[in-house]
Amino acid sequence: MKDIKQLRSKKQQIINYIIMTKRTLFDKIWDAHVVTAVPNGPTQLYIDRHYCHEVTSPQAFDGLRKRGLKVFRPEKTTLSPDHNIPTLLQNQPIKDLISKHQVDTLTRNANEFGLTMYGLGHSKNGIIHVIGPENGLTLPGMTIVCGDSHTSTHGAFGSIAFGIGTSEVEMVLASQCILQPRPKTMRITFNGKLKSGVTAKDLALYMISQLTTGGATGYFVEYAGEAIRALSMEERMTVCNLSIEMGARGGMIAPDETTYDYIIGREFAPKDEAWDNALAYWKTLPTDEGAVFDREITFDASAIEPMITYGTNPGMGIPIHSSIPKLEDIDPAGRISFEKAMTYMGFTPGEKIEGKSIDYVFLGSCTNGRIEDFRVFASFVKGRKKAEHVIAWLVPGSWAVEKQIRAEGLDKILEEAGFALRQPGCSACLAMNDDKVPAGKYAVSTSNRNFEGRQGPGARTLLSGPLVAAAAAITGKITDPKNI
Amino acid sequence: MEKFQTLTSTCVPLPIENVDTDQIIPARFLKATTREGFGANLFADWRYDKSGQPISNFVLNNPIYSGQALIAGKNFGSGSSREHAAWALAGYGFKVVVSSFFADIFKGNALNNGVLPVVVSDVFLLELFAAIQVDPTTTITVNLELQTISNNASGVVETFEINPYKKECLLHGLDDIDYLLSKKDAIEAWEKAH
Ligand code: SF4
Repeated sequence: MKDIKQLRSKKQQIINYIIMTKRTLFDKIWDAHVVTAVPNGPTQLYIDRHYCHEVTSPQAFDGLRKRGLKVFRPEKTTLSPDHNIPTLLQNQPIKDLISKHQVDTLTRNANEFGLTMYGLGHSKNGIIHVIGPENGLTLPGMTIVCGDSHTSTHGAFGSIAFGIGTSEVEMVLASQCILQPRPKTMRITFNGKLKSGVTAKDLALYMISQLTTGGATGYFVEYAGEAIRALSMEERMTVCNLSIEMGARGGMIAPDETTYDYIIGREFAPKDEAWDNALAYWKTLPTDEGAVFDREITFDASAIEPMITYGTNPGMGIPIHSSIPKLEDIDPAGRISFEKAMTYMGFTPGEKIEGKSIDYVFLGSCTNGRIEDFRVFASFVKGRKKAEHVIAWLVPGSWAVEKQIRAEGLDKILEEAGFALRQPGCSACLAMNDDKVPAGKYAVSTSNRNFEGRQGPGARTLLSGPLVAAAAAITGKITDPKNI
Repeated sequence: MEKFQTLTSTCVPLPIENVDTDQIIPARFLKATTREGFGANLFADWRYDKSGQPISNFVLNNPIYSGQALIAGKNFGSGSSREHAAWALAGYGFKVVVSSFFADIFKGNALNNGVLPVVVSDVFLLELFAAIQVDPTTTITVNLELQTISNNASGVVETFEINPYKKECLLHGLDDIDYLLSKKDAIEAWEKAH
């Protein structure tokens, strides 16, 4: 008897050992960055890359000043003003005084603390989540933070990237570390292939509509499966960017050849021998077969249609050719907020969304403001004409994107179709600058949030991918791009 | 952050249950961009009338009661997660809040701002309220190292729970940033190894 018991416990030990040694992408990066574990407390995590913009950092720098501290590792922090900047005439002083003050404060802090900043007019200036990857600052296996929820974008490279609060910004500046409880892990697998004409944004909007805006709260998500592997780096960034809209702490995708091809040769990417070493390490990162996640979800990618949102949170998305839900389709607990959203948006439950007239189109943001988004948009509008009543803001995510647009002649195509390019920044994504959608007007927007007032007081936002946005800009109505 | 080791203090009694953070600091006071200045508006809607005059029968306006220890009814600090509630208590000068139950997030926020929430039994709390009513100069003594609180009127002592990490922080007057700075050697060692 005793022998059998011993044998059993031995077997259990072996099973436990196997489970423990099979690790997820998240586990591998997290474990490698633990500096100390506070007994019965949080983990002290080392941060490889810290991005900063003008809105969430001033009190953190003030905190350093009060404590008489320097920035501990200045070379690991990169600054770029993006939220408040105008998208026209950036060479002139910012007119809005509060915006100007925030941008000036960032410059002052960069100078005082000896940090690299790509300020207004700099060829590397742009939305912080666009310029990081573009310059090879975002790499696989890194821990990356920024005082901004869409930091999850950088997870596309196979890094642990998440947004932090201002007091945590101060921690990183002071010590290059933060204290964090370890989140739970979730894997979302997309089997099958996306249909043609369906973009990464559609995939993400579909996922959020299925899981709801709180569906991944408390989890760090890894995206996997055939449809994810087939995405380009820019598309992967779009998906990871939107992780936060279902409450996830962050989203990530294991690095592969697509990742390495994107990174190689970028300005701050490792070179020569350092590249070989980095590559060898990155190849060890993907989740081991048999590793256990706290939660697993699977979707069929081939069932996804072009999506659009009809309500006031990113979870209120539907296939573009379908109808807005009827009141009885909504869970009783959610009916009050559903009706509130209907009133705000000026829609009737149960009606078709296609064919509705729109007033504004916004192509841009850290979700869809990269070169591929402009290519998709331009290829659709080529040889067509913008609907006369539509006001379109086409805002590249960075100056590098802007330059590339011109190099490829996309600007000419856009111009011929009646569109004008603006200067880079967050712009109408959150309307902290002058790009505000007027009250009651409808905007088809490639950004990430359709909250009440997000694009201006009373503005009505319909989130979509760049292709649906292009179709809306041409017809002046909500249109399935396939039907043109 | 200031160190906390022991405190002997008279008490300010607030024998009301479920005091939420909206009562501790009403929402209209959240616009400030610094952490200072919230103490003046602690319990603002109970403390002042519409014209801004002190309401004489509210305990903070009653000169009989004073001290650095707030004694509150069960479930203190529920509602919104605003850290401003802790800033207001700390700003007013409280170092300890005693109750038989605290809302989770409030507890964390208080500890991060140098205010020690002490959870006592219902009986201890009841007896303490009674003792203060009989004699407003009743004191309590809180010893963080030993994790004890005593009602000095009756001599009854109770032990209380606290997260060991947070206890260390308070004993040494360290907040999270100080903690991280104290780990500089570990950080540099990590950097060397990677
Ligand atoms: S583009 Fe929008 S979501 Fe992205 S960083 Fe700027 S404001 Fe935030």
